[in-house]
Amino acid sequence: MNGDPLWSIFINACLINNFVLAYFLGICPFLGVSAKLATATRMGGAVTFVMLVSSACAYGIQLLLVAIDTPYLRLISFIAVIASTVQLVEMFIKKVSPGLFRALGIFLPLITTNCAILGLALFQTNKGYGFVQSIVYALGAGAGFTLALVLMAGLREKLELAAIPGVVRGAALALMVAGLLSVAFMGFAGLGG
Amino acid sequence: MNRPGPIEPTSAPSTWHMYRAMVGIGSLCGLLIVTVFQLTRPVIERNKAEALQRAIFDVLPDARSSTTFRFDGNSRFVILGEEQTSDPLVYAGYDESQRLVGLAVEARGMGYQDVIRVLYGYSFAEDAIIGIHVLESKETPGLGDKIERDPAFLENFQRLDVSLSDDLTRIVHPIEPVKHGNKERPWQVDGITGATISSIAIADMLSKSTAHWIPKIRQSLDDFRKAG
Amino acid sequence: MPRSVPRAQSLSTDEFIKGLWKENPVFVQVLGMCPALAVSNTARNALAMGLATLFVLLMSNAVISSLRRFIPKQVRIATYILVIATFVTIVEYMIQAISLELYRALGAFISLIVVNCLILGRAEAFASRNTVGRSVLDGLGMGVGFTLALLCLGAVREVLGNGSLFGVQLFHDGFQIWVVMILPAGGFFTLAGWLLLFAKLQERRAGRRSLADEVAR
Repeated sequence: MNGDPLWSIFINACLINNFVLAYFLGICPFLGVSAKLATATRMGGAVTFVMLVSSACAYGIQLLLVAIDTPYLRLISFIAVIASTVQLVEMFIKKVSPGLFRALGIFLPLITTNCAILGLALFQTNKGYGFVQSIVYALGAGAGFTLALVLMAGLREKLELAAIPGVVRGAALALMVAGLLSVAFMGFAGLGG
Repeated sequence: MNRPGPIEPTSAPSTWHMYRAMVGIGSLCGLLIVTVFQLTRPVIERNKAEALQRAIFDVLPDARSSTTFRFDGNSRFVILGEEQTSDPLVYAGYDESQRLVGLAVEARGMGYQDVIRVLYGYSFAEDAIIGIHVLESKETPGLGDKIERDPAFLENFQRLDVSLSDDLTRIVHPIEPVKHGNKERPWQVDGITGATISSIAIADMLSKSTAHWIPKIRQSLDDFRKAG
Repeated sequence: MPRSVPRAQSLSTDEFIKGLWKENPVFVQVLGMCPALAVSNTARNALAMGLATLFVLLMSNAVISSLRRFIPKQVRIATYILVIATFVTIVEYMIQAISLELYRALGAFISLIVVNCLILGRAEAFASRNTVGRSVLDGLGMGVGFTLALLCLGAVREVLGNGSLFGVQLFHDGFQIWVVMILPAGGFFTLAGWLLLFAKLQERRAGRRSLADEVAR
């Protein structure tokens, strides 16, 4: 059980150590999806949901693994759980909102290899968070991911109309913008103390 | 079928084939993991123990050996055996003649960038912290990480007063951070210019930790002495 | 560097070389960056991460290739991930045993090698359809290319951000370090810089502008 206060955990995950801009997790969808604002918000929402569920499951799995003393199975079990969660979320969204399902398209299954989700599970285990702390951490991480994604999408939509040399367009430009966003987010450091 | 290209689709892959593949490969993988785990475990445990020893001897300079104690939640410190535990741990250091030198305790708190963990050494004789060792820190390189290297800052912890009240229940003067150059009392921590938040973080976590642990440790002085 | 198209199953060194330049995983395919950027703030960490990925890539390519006829199509992704996760777990314990300090520096990012799109990508695109020999070469090439790319990132970041290379101080005290390079933002900028350089070089080589479109999204 870790003594960090809940608000500090949330601010840390969302702003100070933003999963995308500080840990470089979730870059693939970040660069891929973030071209349009609408898709970005939906992706962020889906990722947050998967994070919440995975975080809870990861906490349970860790307890189980400690109980039966097989720490080496952690990685495999986490991946299995995350993959299953994504499958379930996919089926759920398909049933409940087919429009949303079509809008997200290929990106939903891609969430499985989203480093951010696995990263979340691993970080919370390493830090020794309790159950409530883990949930708050997942919320913060999801919020931070969505925030970064939305900011990036907004910027890129504008950049589409700017005159930029062909060589720079694409990944290089996206990374430079991401770098500037990362510098901006550095301003949040020191909030947690 | 000896050429590169797409796998030829097998007709009606039976459930048996799928199970065979998953279970077979699963067992193979399990075997590999367990083997490597068993092979590396003794080495890893040894590495961890050595790293901890080095940190303990860093904060308790006269110590030559150490014993780990766990706090049982009431008021007793018990020597840690082979059991796994999530109880808080403290480390007692002894010199060559098995005399108690002091205790090393771990403290943690939020720094500028992320959580910082330190080990600090408490000396009964001096009623003070006599050293700190940063176990884990992600502070800004060149700025915040001065808490690990700045000699003037580290000097704070050569004799940081944490004397207890007469009834041994609380610290008379809690550790307090002050601006660089303003240190006047032995319980104050002189900050680092340009790394204010990191240095304040260290002072705060030490203050909280000592307020919590020093009274308990002092009351169990005999338990620690006996183990020497 | 022209790439010969092998007709027979001969082990051509092109399988190895393509991973270094033409199909370099980080700079050309823009794959597998997630774990790369976070821990490539020094040359040593970048090298360690690259070698760990190389190990996993090599072993998983070899195992998946040798078992390729045994794995039905329906469960292939699950089996690939199982194999990859196994080797990542193995490399994690190996690093812990070799150097605890290195393990602490790399942290959870070693485990994150398992979601490196590069490894799964190679398993699906190559190892599942080729012999063990060619798959091993492919893994070796991609892995070395990946390590070199990480080294480029790590070296630039360490030299500019810390004034050192592999821990050896390069400049006298007067050198003003660019702290931002060691920070995450620096990782983004450095990668962007290298991508730009690569794109420009490839454009020149190919003599066509369309390559920029390949790199762009």
